[in-house]
Amino acid sequence: MKKILFIEDEEALQKTLSEVLTQEDFKVISSLDGETGLELAKKEKPDLVLLDLILPKMNGFDVLASLKSCEETKEIPVVVMTNLENLENVERAIEAGATTYLCKAQYSLTEILEKIKRILE
Amino acid sequence: MDLKNFLESFNILGKCKRYGLSPWQCPQFLFLVMGIVIILSEFVFYFLGSYYIKDPKIVVLVISGLTGILFIIAFTIVKGFENLAESNRMKSEFINIVSHQLRAPLSNLSWTIELIMSGRLGKIEAGQLEYFKILRENNGRMKDLVSDLLTVSRLQSANLSAREKPFFIEEVTTEAIKSFSPYAKASNIEIKTNFEKNLPEIFASPEQVKMVIENLLDNAIRYTKGKGKIEVSIGKENNSVLFSIKDMGVGIPKNDQKYLFQKFFRSENAMKRQTQGSGLGLYIAKSIIENSKGKIGFASQENIGTTFWFALPINKK
Repeated sequence: MKKILFIEDEEALQKTLSEVLTQEDFKVISSLDGETGLELAKKEKPDLVLLDLILPKMNGFDVLASLKSCEETKEIPVVVMTNLENLENVERAIEAGATTYLCKAQYSLTEILEKIKRILE
Repeated sequence: MDLKNFLESFNILGKCKRYGLSPWQCPQFLFLVMGIVIILSEFVFYFLGSYYIKDPKIVVLVISGLTGILFIIAFTIVKGFENLAESNRMKSEFINIVSHQLRAPLSNLSWTIELIMSGRLGKIEAGQLEYFKILRENNGRMKDLVSDLLTVSRLQSANLSAREKPFFIEEVTTEAIKSFSPYAKASNIEIKTNFEKNLPEIFASPEQVKMVIENLLDNAIRYTKGKGKIEVSIGKENNSVLFSIKDMGVGIPKNDQKYLFQKFFRSENAMKRQTQGSGLGLYIAKSIIENSKGKIGFASQENIGTTFWFALPINKK
């Protein structure tokens, strides 16, 4: 069973996507802030990290940088999922090592699920 | 310009009130004051000059005094423009923040509705499904409106992500048509294409041009009654590539045509026919095309159809 870490401060959104992922046989671990998310990533070593950018305690860019600079977590694919869609943020995230950048408002739940599955194949 | 508009342009205090500025902060009013000071000072200087011309000290004094006054007025005018620009920036920022804040709950709502409708949480009755469809449709409309508002606010603050580069417009058009095919098919509309061969590349932002094409395609499908045909043509004209889209739709009433590219404007027959639409699509399209040094226009006849066109410069690099 593949393990997905979901770092997202919107509880309702986290619950909805986690429900679908669990039903699709993924194990979902979640965190509502960046700091806890980073600790969980180091401890649990998930197969994929879903990362929001605007987060309490530690923002998504800092979490991404820490994940990519740590030997144990640098190979884990990170999908940035946010509502900030300006090109500067997209480029910054991709340069920092994100596998892909998704604007939540532009995708349906099914499309997000398909993208996650494709990355984990 | 009709007489009413001409007279309205002299209502300077009215303009200051509209901007929410006091007369002494309002550029139009200060400009008027500066004009009056210049004219009066010319007269005063003329009369003073004719009496005291023999004493150069007074001439220097008067000129220095007047220059000082004009400098202060000019400085205040500049400050007034700064205030206007600042309030415009704040308005755009406000729309930007509000739209961003609205996006999160709208995404939540959209995903939750999708989850319930998928039946993953348990079977839902046909009657309930109907109401969930209404929820989904309205949520979609709100998402589109917020997305349009964000685009407008970014266009106004010149902050819309735009990386201009050479590209073939027919490739972007084909992509857009492909994504609109299911919608066109469901609306019983056939999309025909007529692209000239060996077209040169244009120089603009492909993402933004695609946004314009999608907007025009959406309008053409939306405002075509029953079965119909849409013709998309691309050709070369002088130093530009000309894109046009012809529909057999409801057309735009003559009286509405001059307002068509204005923000939030929706023509009378469009409102009768469709409740959806923010009235921002064509404003966005015009801003994008003009920012890319292109031109946009249309020709329309009510109940016969409309042809929208835009021309973008050929890549010279």
